[in-house]
Amino acid sequence: MTINTSRRGFLKGAAAAGAVLLVGARADGVLAATSSETAQFNPFVKIDADGTVTAIVKHFEKGQGPATGLPTLIAEEIGLRMDQIDYEFAPSNAQVYNNLLFGPFQGTGGSTAMANSWIQYRQAGAAAREMLIAAAAQSWGVDAAGITIDEGIIKAGDLSAPIADFVAAASQLEAPTEPRLKDPSEFRLIGNESVRRKDSAIKGNGQAMYAMDVHLPKQMVAMIKRPESKGGIANGFDDSASKEVKGYISAAVLPNQAGVAVYAENTWAAIQARDALEVDWDMSGAETRHSDQIKAEIMAALDAAPTYNVNKADIAAVAAAIDGADKVIEKTFYFPLLAHAPMEPLNCTIEQTAEGDIVLHDGAQMPTGPHMAYQQIFQLPPEKIHIKTMLAGGSFGRRATPDADYQVEAALAFVVTDRSRPVKLVWTREDDIRSGYYRPAFGHKVRVGLNADGNIVGWQHQVAGQSVIKGTPFESVLVHDGIDHSSIEGIADSPYAIPGIALGLTDTPKATTVLWWRSVGHTHTGYVMETMMDAVAEAAGRDPVEFRLSHLADSSNPDQARKAAVLKLAVEKANWGNVPAGRAQGIAVHKSFGSYAAQVVEVSGDPENGIKIERVTCAVDCGIAVNPDVVRAQMEGGIGYGIGHVMRDQITLTDGTVDQFNFPDYEPLRIGDIAAIDVHIVPSAEAPTGVGEPGTPPSAPALANAINALSGTHVAELPMAENGVNFV
Amino acid sequence: MALTLKLNGETHTVDAEPGTPLLWVIRDELKLTGTKFGCGVASCGACTVHLNGEPVRSCQTYVEDVEDAEITTIEAVGKDKIGAAVQQAWVELDVVQCGYCQSGQVMSAVGLLSENPTPSVEEIDDYMHGNACRCATYQRIRAGIQRASEILEA
Repeated sequence: MTINTSRRGFLKGAAAAGAVLLVGARADGVLAATSSETAQFNPFVKIDADGTVTAIVKHFEKGQGPATGLPTLIAEEIGLRMDQIDYEFAPSNAQVYNNLLFGPFQGTGGSTAMANSWIQYRQAGAAAREMLIAAAAQSWGVDAAGITIDEGIIKAGDLSAPIADFVAAASQLEAPTEPRLKDPSEFRLIGNESVRRKDSAIKGNGQAMYAMDVHLPKQMVAMIKRPESKGGIANGFDDSASKEVKGYISAAVLPNQAGVAVYAENTWAAIQARDALEVDWDMSGAETRHSDQIKAEIMAALDAAPTYNVNKADIAAVAAAIDGADKVIEKTFYFPLLAHAPMEPLNCTIEQTAEGDIVLHDGAQMPTGPHMAYQQIFQLPPEKIHIKTMLAGGSFGRRATPDADYQVEAALAFVVTDRSRPVKLVWTREDDIRSGYYRPAFGHKVRVGLNADGNIVGWQHQVAGQSVIKGTPFESVLVHDGIDHSSIEGIADSPYAIPGIALGLTDTPKATTVLWWRSVGHTHTGYVMETMMDAVAEAAGRDPVEFRLSHLADSSNPDQARKAAVLKLAVEKANWGNVPAGRAQGIAVHKSFGSYAAQVVEVSGDPENGIKIERVTCAVDCGIAVNPDVVRAQMEGGIGYGIGHVMRDQITLTDGTVDQFNFPDYEPLRIGDIAAIDVHIVPSAEAPTGVGEPGTPPSAPALANAINALSGTHVAELPMAENGVNFV
Repeated sequence: MALTLKLNGETHTVDAEPGTPLLWVIRDELKLTGTKFGCGVASCGACTVHLNGEPVRSCQTYVEDVEDAEITTIEAVGKDKIGAAVQQAWVELDVVQCGYCQSGQVMSAVGLLSENPTPSVEEIDDYMHGNACRCATYQRIRAGIQRASEILEA
């Protein structure tokens, strides 16, 4: 996909009073620069009469940094210090605030926040700059070409004034349709190490407001009593014990009978009243399978002909080449279901205004999802539904449900009331772990043939698992010829030049509710590709770094060159091959979401008594690093997320019921699990690409390769702690 | 029943049943929302507050047991020099990502530095083990505690 903002014009609106300069994009794609004092206008940047500049951030902030990064783009182009720009989250508007990579859909995901905003927000800032300069040029009678804005001061020779002086005049001008963007040589904020997060102070002193912190007057807290297994139907309930709980209000079967909403005056009363509620469940249609059965279905699919011949290979010829090879390396992998478990349990609050409008307070990752769903549920036009985006306490994909699951649940819990009181839906951690959406389980079977020279002659790769995309509104755009690309991304589009590859995919039957999970298909494909590269290099008697580089040797292919460059940088920074006695290193490199990341994991100990992760060295090429420290932080977090889950986490089912409850049996990565992480950024002039997810895919295979190098233990089924590898 | 709590230097009378976790009194009754709900079973540390200067998990601390204690939450911990140093270090190093666990991280870090002004890496890892961060900001938490220790030494 390409980002095309050149057709988009800018326009500004001048408020009737107070002379506000608003600059944003028009939704219809027509070049325009009209002044409108009355029209509804949704800007990217707002400058008040007193010179206060506010960036309107169209992406939600779950820690990945857009509340810092998007204001940086605008401040850079206008000519401001970072302390001269504030931010607020955009309202829900799929025409103006859409993700340019998602079509007419407002949402954050796929590590696209900076990639799709990079030109758009800079253009908004640049247009504001040119309008302020034009206003100053008229007032001062000087040539606009000689006017600059620096640290919020407009200057021309001896003349200078704060931008506030020209907000009123600028707001009466036509906006430029093609404002000049600054050349990277002019950047003062983009790429600057001294630019700090804008949300650090409030998150360290308790002032940050998440959806969980919403307390509206008269609000009720609602919790949902759910069936033990998904698919159970509530026929009725007995709340006589709930009535003993002080603060209990009432209960109601949800309109879809998926559960019973319990209403209370506060959260603790809701927890107790829900525990006390007896529900009459019809479990005849509920999930009954065991996770071993789901695994068996996946493993059986790996041994059958694939449904989809993804790269239209001559499978028989590839198989024959492998059969005739000098050496054959064959491995079978299994990846379990995983929960996302963001730190803030899911929640949101709905209220109805005196005018009959619906307002949702939510850490909204994809505002367009609930906005569309609410039009149906409440039978209201879009302009009567408002979404107030709050800070989000993590997501890792969980909040990006195509069916807006928890927002719809809240709406259902609200519509069965008389709507006189706001309803705050709160999930507990148990709701999150047991009733959530999961990274689907996947299996891979790979056969690789080597000739006598240690070169690959055939790579037959079978993938089987439940599609994340099929059955969602995204299917029409993200599934092609029946193939859900997210099931095989990272293999089908790998920059490696692998001769004779045959990639097959089989969708396995719906096992549970599945969802993208930080780095989506790359969570398993990266692991398989990179542990296989090590295994094949070992069988060939070749160094794992040299072996990888030999498949990235086409320097005229930027994809191969950039992947090779991060690999080399990680090797250099990790002092590859030189470790103290008792330690070993493993390496992995993977491209995802347009970015390239290589990691070296260094371990000590042994699998029986415990592996210790001593150090992770990461190199990343994400194009221009708008905020290098945020990039480093995302790599650190992505590494922790990837490694934490492969160490010891899985979701399992017994008779259709999830076995895990809370953090004690879905153990998060802890502070002592990784002793150190170093991140190095490849300098780049390319447009920014993703950083939220690309740190995750290489982390687990680099760990697996290190454990194999240390002990000869190759872990092909996860989590590691359930498959012969302990950690200290 | 009416209970009296001494919280952040002020006395509050609250209406809460015995057995109510202190967490929900702080969040829902006193509307101090910096103390977070993460797991409800003392397994994540997001709800950490101080009782007489010692970190405790407020989700497993019952309101009737703390009537005589001085309770401090994230909203007031910065009034003390150790709390201020930790918060300064957190900003200097941009420790936070989503931030939801960080109130608890700061409260535990202050607890550690109060009893051990110059903790080793191993002592930090031991003390902070119960504070989970799903964003995995751990190495910045470690560095933040070391930086706060430096600020306090200076």
